[in-house]
Amino acid sequence: MTAGTMETGLAGRSAAFPRLRRALSGAGPWAAFGLILAFLALFLLIPVGMVVYTAFVNETGGLTLGHFGNFFEQTVFRESFFNSLIVSLASVFFASLIAVPLAYLTVRFEFRGALLIQTLGVLPLIMPPFVGAVALQLIFGRSGSVNLLLNDWFGFTIPIMDGLVGVIFVESIHYFPFILLNLVAAMRNIDGAMEESALNLGARGWRLFRRVIFPLAMPGYLAGAALVFVKVFDDLGTPLVMGVTNMLAPQAYLRITSVGIDDPLGYVISVIMIVFSILALWMAARVMKGKDYATLQKGGGALQKRRLNAWEATLAYGWIGFVLLVTLAPHLGILLMSFSKVWSFSVLPDAYTLQHYATVFTDAGGMIGNTLLYCVLSAGLDVVIGTAIAYLILRTRLPARQWLDYLASAALAIPGLVLAIGYLRMFKGVNLPFTDTPVVTTWVLIMLAYAVRRLPYALRSCMAALQQVHVSLEEAAQSLGATRASTIRRVMVPLMAGGILAGFVTSFITAAVELSATILLASAQSQAPMSYGIYLYMQSISGRGPGAALGVLAVVVVGLGTYFSHRFVERSRATVQSKQG
Amino acid sequence: MALNQVSLEARHISLSYGSTEVLRDVNLKIEPGEFFALLGPSGSGKSTLLRLIAGFNQHQRGELLIDGQDITGTPPHARNVGMVFQNYALWPHMTVWDNVAFGLVERRESRDAIKRKVGAVLELVGLASYAQRRPGQLSGGQQQRVALARTVVIEPKLLLLDEPLSNLDKQLRVQMREELKNLQRKLGLTTVFVTHDQEEAMTTADRMAVLDKGILQQVGSAAGLYDFPHNRFVAGFVGTANLLEGQVTAVSGETLTFHVEGLGALTLPRPQDVPALGAAALAFRPHQVSIRVRDEQVDASRLWLEGQVETAEFLGEFSRYRVRVGEVAMVTDQPHYAGLAMFPPGAQVRLGIEPTQVRFLDR
Repeated sequence: MTAGTMETGLAGRSAAFPRLRRALSGAGPWAAFGLILAFLALFLLIPVGMVVYTAFVNETGGLTLGHFGNFFEQTVFRESFFNSLIVSLASVFFASLIAVPLAYLTVRFEFRGALLIQTLGVLPLIMPPFVGAVALQLIFGRSGSVNLLLNDWFGFTIPIMDGLVGVIFVESIHYFPFILLNLVAAMRNIDGAMEESALNLGARGWRLFRRVIFPLAMPGYLAGAALVFVKVFDDLGTPLVMGVTNMLAPQAYLRITSVGIDDPLGYVISVIMIVFSILALWMAARVMKGKDYATLQKGGGALQKRRLNAWEATLAYGWIGFVLLVTLAPHLGILLMSFSKVWSFSVLPDAYTLQHYATVFTDAGGMIGNTLLYCVLSAGLDVVIGTAIAYLILRTRLPARQWLDYLASAALAIPGLVLAIGYLRMFKGVNLPFTDTPVVTTWVLIMLAYAVRRLPYALRSCMAALQQVHVSLEEAAQSLGATRASTIRRVMVPLMAGGILAGFVTSFITAAVELSATILLASAQSQAPMSYGIYLYMQSISGRGPGAALGVLAVVVVGLGTYFSHRFVERSRATVQSKQG
Repeated sequence: MALNQVSLEARHISLSYGSTEVLRDVNLKIEPGEFFALLGPSGSGKSTLLRLIAGFNQHQRGELLIDGQDITGTPPHARNVGMVFQNYALWPHMTVWDNVAFGLVERRESRDAIKRKVGAVLELVGLASYAQRRPGQLSGGQQQRVALARTVVIEPKLLLLDEPLSNLDKQLRVQMREELKNLQRKLGLTTVFVTHDQEEAMTTADRMAVLDKGILQQVGSAAGLYDFPHNRFVAGFVGTANLLEGQVTAVSGETLTFHVEGLGALTLPRPQDVPALGAAALAFRPHQVSIRVRDEQVDASRLWLEGQVETAEFLGEFSRYRVRVGEVAMVTDQPHYAGLAMFPPGAQVRLGIEPTQVRFLDR
């Protein structure tokens, strides 16, 4: 087709039916909108709605608050509730204690430790917290390496891995990077002129930090702190592995698995968990409202960095070294355990072997395959939906398009456990079309749970990527004759590639270590992904070696994925920006 | 190259976003092959009008015709109207060659045709040796040329330029202005460009339209707009003007009496188009006002007013004085020659207005 015939053809037709053409060109976005809405309704809204509904109705179908009364009458539940609250708040506190100084050091001072801190920021995240719990038990546990040494040398031990304290310890170490990363990002956005004018007006040192820098970085801190709270409040794997059952998530799990899917108390706990997650995120959002302090002006410099003096350097490196050591302990522990033949009541393993890896490769090859299958599918689904939502929100004027964002982001507040309970409830007795296989026994639900839960991360990446693409780049394509579809394919997706890939990898690696939904939805060992496999292995003493080996593999896979996506994103961001500058 | 030059016509076009009216009843006809400028301050609706022609905005009322055919509702990609964006909008993930070939690929042109056309157009803009570079590796002027090449290679019916020179530094701007003009002449494309810079519009365009607050104020050639502005806005926006508000109080056979607020009655020769009695404004250019010391012998054909210099600015080619006459301030530009002394602030002077160059504005 030549240019001439195409243009007259199209122009002629559209001149005849302008209204029709406009209606048709709007059909694509509407279809995408409808599909996404249906997906979110089916796999997020309705299951969660059923969980909430079940918590409020009695056997005859009438509305009741009786289940909640029942819940708070029982000591074990009251205790669980307060334990969960205390553990979450304490974890936020200790995580802040670790993260705030590290963030301040990176942003304010010029020293080589900055790279170390960046590494620190991701190291814990690439290991599932419950795996870390097992490893930390070996190192800091009652008869772990550290306490054995302490006992030998000084005659006392520190019971840091016992009970709730242990959970707080593990969670703080695992989740402090959320605060660190958010805070560093927020502080990097503070314009140096803010600090200089404060200095100019006479504020110095601690007062400068307290009155100017910290308030400006507050939104970042709160975002991180709220995430930590929610993650800890919803975490199921860590307490289970550490044998702490008097918390909300383990109680819900135990009710559903031991009493059954119809036990209302599991739903009551679910509702409480959702309420607290929403409350934490809502409060953080509320405090931050209207305080988007990205003060960095175009061409402005960031906060001034200065050199540390000798005394400060010692202190800084000391703290970094200590945190690094504690953060690396789980990795070290899991690595040692994966190679150890026997390791109990000794500082280091007594004998080494490669047997566990052999066991894993023969026994658990399927699990690795499962993880890859579920996570690739769910992360793929996430970036497709994420890109579509980003496009609808930023590039169309569909009414209510913002609601897709709210709805997808709401998944952030839904614990994996609750989503899994919702799926089990919703698909109870439903068979796959044309077969007698119940839906709940297939792996599809695991994959969908991953996709729904990780959608908010992928969505943020895709939105950020699309925001970086100036609208005129698309308009230029259209004015040169590219249709909407062609513009998306040839201009937008290539320009967004870095961000989309980042979304894919975040989605992939966080799904790969997810346990709380998996543990309820995996109905047969053949369906188990690595995370569940590690959990299963860790149940028995003899399984700990192979479990650790599987854990090491998971860490390696996740770590490599993070590293390469980071490299790729940096590079593609550099190209996009250099062209626009 | 392009021989099928088209005309563009806007009929009663109105556009509003919610309750804000961006364009109000715009009527405009651009002739085939014309180089036409849309001039106006920011927020005047000039870019909106350009984007409307490209198809990125939709007007609620009126018709937009290319060669007599209404293109309202035709999506941008089917209009074959080429647009060069203010920030060039070159795709950073493609080479210069791929950027330029983009539109031809969309048109499913043959591989040979694409190769030939892209090669020719890169030759035309002098960037043949840069084909494999990425946009980020080019200077501002080179990026501008790539953007132009990418647009003209598809042989559009119309060429739209959105503030094409605003991202370039001053020297390059003058050079690109020339190049742009030459290219347009060579291709003969009907071209519409948007600018807020009156000098840019006056030096490049055959004709221009001045817009303000979404209303088309006046259409005409640069000299036409400068010499015969229709209203106060055009007089002030195209060039600098002295505007004296007042009343036309009497018109006789040869003369007209104009009462200036804060100054008193002036007697002027009667113009061809006699303004109605009532409120109006006098407009005249600063360089048409001469300045003399009080006691100097003066040319009697001018209208002389006594005043006092308030400020004096030296601008190189000329000196600009602000002179208080009665209660009004007037600006006069005097050509500068080496050794010519300036009037100091406070000096008592006489201003001589050339009566035939005075315009009456009653809108």
